[in-house]
Amino acid sequence: MLKQYVSATINGESAEFLCETQQTLLDVLRDVIGLTGSKEGCASGDCGACSVIMDGRLVCSCLVLGVEAEGAAITTIEGIAQGDKLHPVQQKFLEHAALQCGFCTPGLIVATKALLDENPNPTETEARYWLAGNLCRCTGYDKVIRAVMDAAAELRGETVA
Amino acid sequence: MNYIDSSLKVVGSRPIRPDGVDKVTGRAIFAADTRAAGMLWGKILRSPHAHARIVSIDTSKAEALPGVRAVVTAADFPEIKSEEAFVGEGPMNFRDLALNCMAREKVLYEGHALAAVAATTQEIADQALGLINVTYEVLPHVIDVDEAMAPGAPVLHDDMFTAGVDPKPTKPSNIAKVVTFKKGDAEAGFVDADVIVEGRYTTQPVHQAYIEPHACLATYASDGQVHIHSSSQGHFMVRAYTAKLLGIDMSNIRVNPAEIGGGFGGKTLVYLEPLAVALSKKSGRTVKMQMTREDVFRGSGPTSGASMDVKIGAKKDGTIVAAKQVLKFQAGAFAGSPIGPGCMCGFAMYDLPNVDVVGYDVVSNRPKVAAYRAPGAPITSFAVESLMDELAIKLGMDPLTLRQKNAATNGTKTHYGPTHVNIGYTQVLDAVKAHPHWKSPLKPGQGRGLATGFWFNIGGESSAQVHVNEDGSITAATGSPDIGGSRASIGMMVAEVLGVPATSVRTIVADTASIGFTHVTGGSRVTFATGMAATQAAEKVVEDLKSRAAQIWEIPFEAVEWKDGKAYPAGSNAGAFDPLDLASLALKAARTGGPIIAEVSVNAQGAGAGFGAHICDVSVDKETGHVKIERYTAIQDVGKAIHPSYVEGQIQGGAAQGIGWALSEEYIYNAKGQMENAGFLDYRVPVASDVPMIEAVLVEVPNPRHPFGARGVGEVPIVPPMAAIANAIRGATGLRMPDLPMSPPKVRAAFDAAG
Repeated sequence: MLKQYVSATINGESAEFLCETQQTLLDVLRDVIGLTGSKEGCASGDCGACSVIMDGRLVCSCLVLGVEAEGAAITTIEGIAQGDKLHPVQQKFLEHAALQCGFCTPGLIVATKALLDENPNPTETEARYWLAGNLCRCTGYDKVIRAVMDAAAELRGETVA
Repeated sequence: MNYIDSSLKVVGSRPIRPDGVDKVTGRAIFAADTRAAGMLWGKILRSPHAHARIVSIDTSKAEALPGVRAVVTAADFPEIKSEEAFVGEGPMNFRDLALNCMAREKVLYEGHALAAVAATTQEIADQALGLINVTYEVLPHVIDVDEAMAPGAPVLHDDMFTAGVDPKPTKPSNIAKVVTFKKGDAEAGFVDADVIVEGRYTTQPVHQAYIEPHACLATYASDGQVHIHSSSQGHFMVRAYTAKLLGIDMSNIRVNPAEIGGGFGGKTLVYLEPLAVALSKKSGRTVKMQMTREDVFRGSGPTSGASMDVKIGAKKDGTIVAAKQVLKFQAGAFAGSPIGPGCMCGFAMYDLPNVDVVGYDVVSNRPKVAAYRAPGAPITSFAVESLMDELAIKLGMDPLTLRQKNAATNGTKTHYGPTHVNIGYTQVLDAVKAHPHWKSPLKPGQGRGLATGFWFNIGGESSAQVHVNEDGSITAATGSPDIGGSRASIGMMVAEVLGVPATSVRTIVADTASIGFTHVTGGSRVTFATGMAATQAAEKVVEDLKSRAAQIWEIPFEAVEWKDGKAYPAGSNAGAFDPLDLASLALKAARTGGPIIAEVSVNAQGAGAGFGAHICDVSVDKETGHVKIERYTAIQDVGKAIHPSYVEGQIQGGAAQGIGWALSEEYIYNAKGQMENAGFLDYRVPVASDVPMIEAVLVEVPNPRHPFGARGVGEVPIVPPMAAIANAIRGATGLRMPDLPMSPPKVRAAFDAAG
């Protein structure tokens, strides 16, 4: 079982790692690189807790093989804030109390960033369908959706009362 | 002290939680996020059979596989005698807990653990599981509760003789116990009734479905000291259960509470920790274990499914004169369904003269049930509140008026004994009446449902410390794992007492060796009981700070007052001194008596019951049977909302879980008793596009037994949704859906049956 050499860009920095061919990107991030912000809730692409942005596309890192990351640019939850400055999505999640246990939160924040990168002005329905792949068992989604809509408004430069 | 009528600066505001940044940046450390140098991966072999005798287990091939460092079976664990314990949430029998963690002689459900391995990689551990050779004698199994009670059903435990019947049965059965509650004379009451309604209802087991699978990291050192890092609703519970199951002194086990990724009751017992410790002991290495999602579905949780008969009799004016209920709750493979609360909660909202309730705790070949948010109450309330709706229809009465007419108030004696005190049910019903949702006209094709719910809430043992650090900043530590923002509420109560901003208090969860015993985060008890301990600890610190100021100023203690985080001379007679703030007092601590800290442990009483009412509008697609929630309002007496956002969050989250329970969640078994939908694709919890905004309305009837008036809020909101939705479907379609889930195939079939 020979390990494969993979070179990628993770959160803006070049990263090199060795991984086994059957290892998922999620396993690589968590067990090889030590970025444990991406969570495993199902390992079958159903819960979204492992969401990362890969070459501009939102993916479940449990459904991507580590070797497929070759040459890719990957953003994980650890790369969303700029240094100690939180991304508006993160800030709005805090202000709206859009998390309880916080386990699904990394995936939700990454998925929300991907949404707003693609559609800066989503309707509530669009936000709900986009985030339908991110399970949250604590919040009932109400405050999550409010945080998403508020973050979208802020990113558009609108102030919301 | 009591602050209920005080003007408050921090309590009732909405600061950002102390652990918030860690949780939005991925830095928070959950159970599976820790690793140790040289650790092994532990994996569990689970039974493919619903019911079988274990003839033999041969682990020799697995042990011979390179990379495998330990294999354990029941033979590696002490045999535990039957003994009731109350460390978790509700009763737990240690023998059953041990047998649930590791089967001995028989496997009782598909997914039942019967061996575990530790290996250098996950792949080798998986391979090793395949090399364990188990010879089973497959036995007939039973899944359904009514079938499990029928004569001739396969019997799971040959030493189970139904408790609560006299004389004791001569034959074993699957009925673990029968409980009865009586008030007045129900049969005589029904004779007086003008109108009688009856119904039979069923609910399916549903899983708590926390998104974080169970996980732990455990080390057994050669001197016998054990360290466990795991996520649970109570690290003291983990310590106690692990100690008991392995025969280790509690003082030799230290449990470090990881962040917990949801529990809802399902993490109030152990599955992995004793196995990981046993594997570590045998291998001499640290062992990490984490369940897959399939393991979580097949081997942990859920709550009971049930079969229930209810009968209610009333006068023409709506006064209920008699009520009767028979409940049969699935316990899973071992006794211990929430049948007690099931029997108590259904009618607890009402002032009834004659009540007769009988409950059965029934085992079958399913995973042992675990607590799930207000255990038992949502099940029984689905039946009672659905039938209340039928009664309102039969009487031609508004369902809210019917409930107001029969509402429990202070002084109402319940059918299970206690008398309600300091409750806010009528205030909740008044809030329904006043709410725009209730008054708004229904859109064409939609139906509106109302249902209400009750939960006791509990207090119990909690410990908290408040430290004034050397620089005057504040650390508050408690023994309560924070599942939903309790660090925030605890810190806010401490800040209020100390007169400092919420952000000045850093709240942490201390491990089992660093703080006094604290009961699990369950029963909606943390803000109430741990909050009480933390408030008292903060008050002790204030007293101490005042005495330090008195020493420094050389004036009597009584001449010092504390406000806005500073000591002041109390009036001009006390002398003219500049106020001393926390930093100044902390600086002088060494000269005024040493470190400024207080720890308080309480056994909190008077939790204050909670009541809620949910209003739901639905539309139903006749072609597909799909039910759409159009509007949802959840109203609840919360006593006093310490952090209103997190209180609303509890209510919204509970309602959403109830929506899943009502419409989509169920276990699907094949003819062999194997679960066919052990994953989030086929076990359908609500996603963002399934639900609308959920309006949470906070009614505040203060609980005088808590310093700030708080009562538990986390469990009540899952009680009303199923009946609220069923009643809304009835309103929209004329169809009464008595069986959960009210999934598209069932609704469609109901349309077809109705023609």
